[in-house]
Amino acid sequence: MQNDIAVEVRNIRKTYGGNVEALRDVSLAFPRGKLCTLLGPSGCGKTTLLKIIAGLIPANGGEVLVDGRKVNGPGPERAFVFQDFALMPWATVLRNVAFGLELRGMPPAERNDIARRHIAEVGLAGFEASYPNQLSGGMRQRVGLARALAVNADIILMDEPFSAIDEQTRRKFQEELLDLLKRLRKTVIFVTHSIEEAAYLSDQITLLSPRPGRVARTVEPGIDRSRGPDEIRRDRHYLDTVDEIWQMLKQYVD
Amino acid sequence: MTAGVSRGAPSPGAPGDARVPRPGITSSHLFWQLASFALFFGLWEIAGRWPVSAAFPPFSATFLALLHMIGDGSLGKAYLSTLQPLVIGIAICGVAGVGFGIGMGLSRTVEWLTLPIFIILQAAPMAAIIPLITYIYGIGLTSKVLAVIFLAAPVIVMNSYKGIRNTNPSLIQMCRSFQGTWRQEVVKIILPYAAALIFTGLRLGLAMGFIGVVIAELLITPTGIGDLITYHSSVADYPEMFAAISSIILIAAVSLHALERVEHRLFPAEIRGS
Repeated sequence: MQNDIAVEVRNIRKTYGGNVEALRDVSLAFPRGKLCTLLGPSGCGKTTLLKIIAGLIPANGGEVLVDGRKVNGPGPERAFVFQDFALMPWATVLRNVAFGLELRGMPPAERNDIARRHIAEVGLAGFEASYPNQLSGGMRQRVGLARALAVNADIILMDEPFSAIDEQTRRKFQEELLDLLKRLRKTVIFVTHSIEEAAYLSDQITLLSPRPGRVARTVEPGIDRSRGPDEIRRDRHYLDTVDEIWQMLKQYVD
Repeated sequence: MTAGVSRGAPSPGAPGDARVPRPGITSSHLFWQLASFALFFGLWEIAGRWPVSAAFPPFSATFLALLHMIGDGSLGKAYLSTLQPLVIGIAICGVAGVGFGIGMGLSRTVEWLTLPIFIILQAAPMAAIIPLITYIYGIGLTSKVLAVIFLAAPVIVMNSYKGIRNTNPSLIQMCRSFQGTWRQEVVKIILPYAAALIFTGLRLGLAMGFIGVVIAELLITPTGIGDLITYHSSVADYPEMFAAISSIILIAAVSLHALERVEHRLFPAEIRGS
């Protein structure tokens, strides 16, 4: 069944500064083509785990397997979407989106073509020459998503991508993300602290307990996503999942 | 262009809005600028004629003295010799100072070795060090260049250092997540991020350089503009002395303002990293 698992983490441990234990013995599997969420209160190490999977932070123990192979750093099969967008303010939307390809040494004409396609895909056609500071938060994160899509990675790692975006824009973005993923068949690992967001988007939700972060539980909402977004938000499975997770998480909130 | 239109104009550099006149070139803005100059020179004239002090000439006498000094070539000759240590000093700082700052920002070892030197230099009262420089390097050009460097280098180095060190960590992670090499990280993320702050450092460095060169010319040996000031002061030619002082203030102010304009043109707020 190796092939059905895109990313696996085994016994991941992470300690900051010698005494702050962020993660303890975290083992998890992320199935291919699914959207999996890491959910938990702040301080549960969910972003740390995502950055360890991305290869941006070293773990103190355990291993990360991508497509069954152990990895020790960033790789072309994984692309990261940042909470604060991480766009270069001095570069246009086009250059920002093409940046992953630029780093790979792809010639400008070729990478700009690819970038334009993905800019259109995230609904930003016409903004190629704009600078990030001229865009709204939601539009900036679209640039961040387009940049991750442009390198054609199979696995997209999203670190609270919608937390810096206002509520209305977030809902719209969530719907479009589901729509986009349905077509692109990517594996997504998504970090959020929003129960509703997790329940709405995810095929699999992993709850992490705080300090030190451990896997508390894994939930599969089993929501029928063939129906429209409004239907999903009224779906019994959706509402049950939200409630179930809240009952679990309540104990961690002081 | 009416005053009403220009008052409604947004701050300069609003992107994609080329129709809107930039403040500073509208006639009403120019009027108030000229009016403030007229007021300042008018008060100066009155204070000089009152007189506040026998050594304080009115504006008109100073202005005539300035024209005279331009006319007989003494001012031009003075600036030729004053600008020499300034230009050499700032050029050295621009290359070595920015280089050091970047090195300190990128490497903990270089930071450990050199940061204390620049912090001490930044705090040291320059006038006290100048006799030491003269003692070692004599009274020639070398000492004056050093005076400029000692004053200008700390701010240039520290700005470059801070620009590099404050690079948004998220941008660095972004570059790494797309498998950027260390070289790409420096060239494509860190340097562009720091560029605006490095340029600001150069501008502030030039401001310090002006101070340094005048101190050097007054304290080491009177040459150039320092010579004009001390000479005319010693023979009680106060209009000439004030003309020389005003001219260096004017040149410093105009060149720094021009650099600031260049800075805003190169790094408008919308695309600045640091």
